[in-house]
Amino acid sequence: MIWNEAKECMSRDEIHHLQGKRLVKTVNHVYHNVEFYRKKMQAVGLEPGDIQSADDITKLPYTTKDDLRDTYPFGLFAVPMSEIVRVHASSGTTGKATVVGYTRHDIDVWSECVARAFTMAGLTKDDIIQVAYGYGLFTGGLGAHYGAENLGATVVPMSTGNTKKLITMMKDFGATALACTPSYLMHIAETLEEQGDIPNIKLKAAICGAEPWTENMRKQIEEKLHIHAHDIYGLSEVMGPGVACDCIYHKGLHVYEDHFLPEIVSSETLLPVPEGETGELVFTTLTKEGIPLIRYRTKDLTSISYDKCECGRTLARISRFKGRSDDMLIIRGVNVFPSQIEAALLEMSGTTPNYFMIVDRVNNLDTLEVQVEVEERFFSDEIKELERLNKQIVHTIQQAIGLAVKVTLVEPKTLERSMGKAVRVLDKRKLV
Amino acid sequence: MYLEQLSVFMENKVSRLNEVLLQLKTSKVNVLSLSLADTSEFGVLRLIVDNPEEGRKILKENGFSARLTKVLAIKLPNEVGTLQSVLEVLGNAGMNVEYMYVLANAKEFSGIVIKTGNPEEAAKVLEAAGIEFVKAEEVGKIGA
Repeated sequence: MIWNEAKECMSRDEIHHLQGKRLVKTVNHVYHNVEFYRKKMQAVGLEPGDIQSADDITKLPYTTKDDLRDTYPFGLFAVPMSEIVRVHASSGTTGKATVVGYTRHDIDVWSECVARAFTMAGLTKDDIIQVAYGYGLFTGGLGAHYGAENLGATVVPMSTGNTKKLITMMKDFGATALACTPSYLMHIAETLEEQGDIPNIKLKAAICGAEPWTENMRKQIEEKLHIHAHDIYGLSEVMGPGVACDCIYHKGLHVYEDHFLPEIVSSETLLPVPEGETGELVFTTLTKEGIPLIRYRTKDLTSISYDKCECGRTLARISRFKGRSDDMLIIRGVNVFPSQIEAALLEMSGTTPNYFMIVDRVNNLDTLEVQVEVEERFFSDEIKELERLNKQIVHTIQQAIGLAVKVTLVEPKTLERSMGKAVRVLDKRKLV
Repeated sequence: MYLEQLSVFMENKVSRLNEVLLQLKTSKVNVLSLSLADTSEFGVLRLIVDNPEEGRKILKENGFSARLTKVLAIKLPNEVGTLQSVLEVLGNAGMNVEYMYVLANAKEFSGIVIKTGNPEEAAKVLEAAGIEFVKAEEVGKIGA
């Protein structure tokens, strides 16, 4: 099943032509409406007229998450606020959120893209979809919700947190699909198994995103629950979930190229790499009005293929993600940078004590432990004071990253000192 | 009246206590009394030693968080109710005991180490109540 055959099965020439036309329009839009882009283009002597086709994209300067942060909150918006109908936000490297805005048309495009993704997973208006992403500033919940409504399916807006209720409703409502993070799906699958409830559910597909997972994990879930598990990709800066999704053949994620122009570039040279080679994924939005992005560096490492898929779609496919070119961690779908932990500790104590982050997956839920060295100035002979210190660190970090954290106080110099750049993170999750 | 207690932060792990005591032994610091407070992940070792400054120095050099803390050392005649009367004085003055432990036995008296939120104030009320303190110079002699 294909939601929008006209757009998802165009010939490569047609896609290229459409992308060129839309790129020209987008570049004109940002040049005239966003000072940041106008200055950046002027700095390299570029005018909107220099962009004539999709091939000209390489002339344009890159945009990064730092640019979004530096222009916080609305500096990159390209329309008056009266045209913005919604904002979402995600965490930035120093704790300051990166904010994105959507016009009504942007929301429609997003809903279209998510509807395409759900259709790829074999879902129709006859399905009952439980959305178990967090609802709120995070794009997951509302993104999947609007897409499922656009599809015409019955949406059950579960949000996250109450697995018991989710399973009860899954059984009672006869839910056929679930949208959530892969680690949460795994947790749900295991709970179902423990309760002997797998024969009592009608689930046929899951659409999972917002955090990296392995092919192995996907297969494990599929076998356990007898469903198709799909990988949906997106990032709030570009739109949210639904920038790309894999079809039932699971041979890479189809990028909705009529709305997003993907490039794969070398993180070092920033030059495009040949088709099939791994590099950093870069997106240019082609139809976005609220906050169009020009050559946005996602920091996600992947490769791209332009071959036609067995499913009939001609859209380019990006491979399963191979990591990131920066130190960002994705924990329970939330972006976390070690520098956020550092900033939080600094704020609390004036100087940064030595710390170490351990990310793990326990019962298929991501956990974050932060070990903090107890320097003499923090140390008290009273347990009460040390426990208060521990709580204060927990609170400060949670405020900064919006994620539950376990803090362990350790002796000074127990944390590894390395030459040069300190090793701050141990990711014990097996994702490869 | 006051003693300088050597307080050490320790992870709740195999052989950490041994490591602390080994360092003290190497630098010939004699342990006279100790108390160990533990939680599931860490502990605080509180020591009365004959040379607290030296003890702190050697532990610090070996990477431990160690500090000196003022505690009260009180003489307790070996009679019924003596500790209770000390606590009553503190209680009546509205002072909370953070922790306490026995000061190793001397020949002529028993002693107790008490940490309160405000040692100076506690010393004042105890003194006024006629409670006798262990003097620092007596500590070295304890157990001898």
